[in-house]
Amino acid sequence: MIAASPPHPTTSSSTTTKPLQHPSQSFQDAVLQVSASLTPSSALVGLLLILQSLNSFFKTLVDHEVTVELKNDIQIKGTLKSVDQYLNIKLDDIQVVEELKYPHLSSVKNVFIRGSVVRYVHLPGGAVDTALLEDATRREAAQQAQKTK
Amino acid sequence: MADVDDGAAAPVSEPLDLVRLCLDEVVFVKLRGDRELKGRLHAYDSHCNLVLGDVEETVYVVEEDEDEDGDETVKTIHKKSEMLFVRGQ
Repeated sequence: MIAASPPHPTTSSSTTTKPLQHPSQSFQDAVLQVSASLTPSSALVGLLLILQSLNSFFKTLVDHEVTVELKNDIQIKGTLKSVDQYLNIKLDDIQVVEELKYPHLSSVKNVFIRGSVVRYVHLPGGAVDTALLEDATRREAAQQAQKTK
Repeated sequence: MADVDDGAAAPVSEPLDLVRLCLDEVVFVKLRGDRELKGRLHAYDSHCNLVLGDVEETVYVVEEDEDEDGDETVKTIHKKSEMLFVRGQ
């Protein structure tokens, strides 16, 4: 069975050998606070991760190479390390597409991307079980309908 | 998974139900910023976050001609992606 609600990314990543930190935790000491106006979004990519991890047929999208396109047109390619409920994303070993145009990240290795600045995430097509994803979406839609009744 | 279907158990009563009926169909999405996507819909949620497969993106960019003032041409940029997550809002 598929979990009804996506568990916290930390729990989903606990299947890997080293426990991953919650993306926001790196900022806990900083004053940076997630704005209260943000409603917690059901993380689609997170859902994806969880679905895939439960169905151990495929590896999770964590540790896969993805390209995150930001709303300011910068594209960052890197290894997906973590996704949380806000769709904040942690990437390792990053590389900026069109590095000559955006040289200011050339010495950065790991990034934390605030979910709200993401436009697209380009995923590796082979790593996604689309039938499973569609079933999960119907399930989620049915749940939403229950809630509004 | 057999308990999930588009039959009488899941009626069309709200706009997103129409989107549900488009799962696994090729859809055309208009985005902000003069962008359009065409691809197979694999997932969506209440924020209209989407996952599309075999996507073709078209971006329309208005360019002002340098030689004459006021003349503008629209350039289209095409991009492809095998699997794309689109952030809703």
